[in-house]
Amino acid sequence: SVTGTTLWVIEQMPVLSIKAAVLIQRWYRRYVARLEIRRRYTWNIFQSIEYAGEQDQLQLSSFFSFMLDNFTQLNGNGPGIEVRQCKYEQIVVPDSYSGPRLSFPLSVTDTNTLLSAFKEQQTLHGKYVLQLLHETQKFLKQMPNVIYLSSSYAKEITICGDLHGRLDDLLLIFYKNGLPSAENPYIFNGDFVDRGKKSIEIIIILFAFLLLYPDHMHLNRGNHEDHIMNLRYGFTKEVMQKYKTHGREILQLLQDVFSLLPIATIIDNKVLIVHGGISDKTDLYFLSSVERHRVSLLKCRLTKQSSSSSSSSSSSASSVCSPRASCRATPRHPPPSPRLPSPVDMLQVPFLDSIVSLALPEPPKEELEWRQIVDVLWSDPKNQNGCSPNSFRGGGCYFGPDVTQRLLKKHGMCLLIRSHECKQEGYELCHNGQVITIFSASNYYEEGSNRGAYVKLGPELIPRFFQYQVSRSTRKLTLQQRVSVAESSALKALQEKLFAHRSELMAAFQQYDINNTGRISTNEWAQVVESVLRLDLPWRTLRPRLVRLASDGNVEYESCFENISAGQPIPQVTPNLAETMYRYRTDLEIIFNIIDKDHSGQISIEEFRQTWKLFSSHLGVDVDDQAIDDMARSIDFNKDGSIDFNEFLEAFRVVHKLDMKEQQQG
Amino acid sequence: STRYDLYRVLHAALCLFAICSEAIVSELHKRISSAFDVFDHESNHTVDVREIGTIIRSLGCFPTEAQLHDVIAEIEEEEPTGFIRFERFLPTMSRILLEHRFRPVPEDLLLQAFEVLDQQKRGHLDPEELTRYLTQEGEPFTQEEMEEMLSAAVDPDKNLIFYKDFVSVMTVDDPW
Repeated sequence: SVTGTTLWVIEQMPVLSIKAAVLIQRWYRRYVARLEIRRRYTWNIFQSIEYAGEQDQLQLSSFFSFMLDNFTQLNGNGPGIEVRQCKYEQIVVPDSYSGPRLSFPLSVTDTNTLLSAFKEQQTLHGKYVLQLLHETQKFLKQMPNVIYLSSSYAKEITICGDLHGRLDDLLLIFYKNGLPSAENPYIFNGDFVDRGKKSIEIIIILFAFLLLYPDHMHLNRGNHEDHIMNLRYGFTKEVMQKYKTHGREILQLLQDVFSLLPIATIIDNKVLIVHGGISDKTDLYFLSSVERHRVSLLKCRLTKQSSSSSSSSSSSASSVCSPRASCRATPRHPPPSPRLPSPVDMLQVPFLDSIVSLALPEPPKEELEWRQIVDVLWSDPKNQNGCSPNSFRGGGCYFGPDVTQRLLKKHGMCLLIRSHECKQEGYELCHNGQVITIFSASNYYEEGSNRGAYVKLGPELIPRFFQYQVSRSTRKLTLQQRVSVAESSALKALQEKLFAHRSELMAAFQQYDINNTGRISTNEWAQVVESVLRLDLPWRTLRPRLVRLASDGNVEYESCFENISAGQPIPQVTPNLAETMYRYRTDLEIIFNIIDKDHSGQISIEEFRQTWKLFSSHLGVDVDDQAIDDMARSIDFNKDGSIDFNEFLEAFRVVHKLDMKEQQQG
Repeated sequence: STRYDLYRVLHAALCLFAICSEAIVSELHKRISSAFDVFDHESNHTVDVREIGTIIRSLGCFPTEAQLHDVIAEIEEEEPTGFIRFERFLPTMSRILLEHRFRPVPEDLLLQAFEVLDQQKRGHLDPEELTRYLTQEGEPFTQEEMEEMLSAAVDPDKNLIFYKDFVSVMTVDDPW
């Protein structure tokens, strides 16, 4: 293969040099392949955990809805979360406030002021936020579900995907592509908030431009433009932290504004733009007619949840396993056939030592409307034909090229642009070029994980892609460094998962380890981990990074819990309870946020007790009442009958020795 | 009788051998399957043919590009579809691993290779000369491959490649 072909190279190059070159090339390519596989499985890990989290969210959403709707009424706390009439006019902004001041109707001065203020890390005063949201609400009310645009009025339309609170990416887009204006129209395709730390700033900027250029700025709703997702994924927390006085009101108004965002945009009757995708049931005419404002995306799950989660609890101590696992295993049921709700269709919910009966009111039409919107906001494309429930996410569908073809053909369209999935290059084409995924949050999973991108369409509707990547450091990282950073982050997340399921895993490991040697085979280890965690990952490939091998080639299974230890242990708590709380700590945080209306960080022991009972019965998890009481009392250090919730959470914070080491190695 | 005993011993030995090799092969199959799965995006037991090189290398093999092409030719469909099916990949890959084909490049041999290129025996190479060798000789690197190697290999202060350090850094951190 290397004999006598290239004489145009260095003269009289000895054969030895050629052999040396081949050797180096061979070695290096293998090195790069190893990096590539690490990068791939790192991606798989992030994505699996992300989607599993979203799935959990959907499973629990009915519970949160129930809490939100019923909690205050039932314990007589009054209309704490009722909508108050927005009296932003009466809010006085102190002279000491040095942030931006807006004047309505907005002008270019206002948007420029906002942009420079946010670059300087300033916060917009609550009064202006409320006013902005109020105006946006008024504006969106008159918009239809589906917006029809024409490309001929301007040169090119720019379409951006998920931003997820990454202000740096938005500013980079504006820097590269120019600000929105009559000559520079934009469409933002949903998921503006959650996960990133600057979600409210992004919302403010997008809404400001929306009001300023109503004909040239368009926003589609994403699955994260929803108050229950926001509770879990950080937007609610961000708002409450930045707006201590007006946070609740802002969130209340945002909830309404989100539900008013349009669902789809269509350009020249040829290009359909939605956040998630489509299903074989997607009907654009029906979608246009739905009263989007009234459809509550995650509330409708109440209907299905009643059949799949029982309130009976399992009694054996070792089964502190997630009964959610059984919910997840069953595929999402198709909507039941239309029938009149009978009086027997009541949801029985234990609460405060009595049973609350809730009628299941959803008539078929509402269910169909809900499904139309969920499909459009949650679906993902797949490469095989057909349409199947999206079990990965827990909502929407996987739609194949045939589904795309059929829908586009039906409406005489040629292209579907969607977002919703992170892509390494910021964009991806599929379905023979009929579907574009566009994702605008670079470094989404971790520094260096992916680029962001936006797409431009001119009147001939040929897409042009632009990529970018926000970088924290000026020094360019090598491929190896980028992969290592992302990989250790992903592995850390996986190790946390392992730790959170420790008892269950140990019990299963020990079933294989009859002689109590502390070792089992790699296959056995992989089988256990896969069935307990229910994450579809290449466990055998990951094994070297997660657990130690003994000298006989078997796995020392306890070593997978080694690098993690919980923080301050709570006294008098059984391991099972601690672990359960650790596993559900995000959900607990959400629930406490709901209870702790004034965000004082304190809740009463009684509230804690009752809520825990409700939560655990919803999950079907059996935890001893006495243990709860003991724990609650032990958390109440000053014995005044109230719990400092933040201290409580601290007890379950995980300490990573691994983290310190990484930082030291730089 | 002794013949019967011999027969029993032989039978037992064969069973043991069968179990062991079955266990070995089964373990091997699972390893191969695991690596394959990383790239099986549709979960339909196929991968893009362009990923085969990465998969084979990630299983510990060091094939040359030419050797890789031969393997692909062996496992491709009669009418190439751009995808490789697991059923065809598995037996070929098993054989490759059992035969220890495409053995690793040991660190000292790698060092010798660099020393060969370093004709003046200075202990380092210029980026330009390494680029010349690797993009024009052997199985040439693409520009992207070359740039990536340089970003990791070149000492930014001196703009030279101290290949001894480079090799020892790159061969550390290999849990496989």
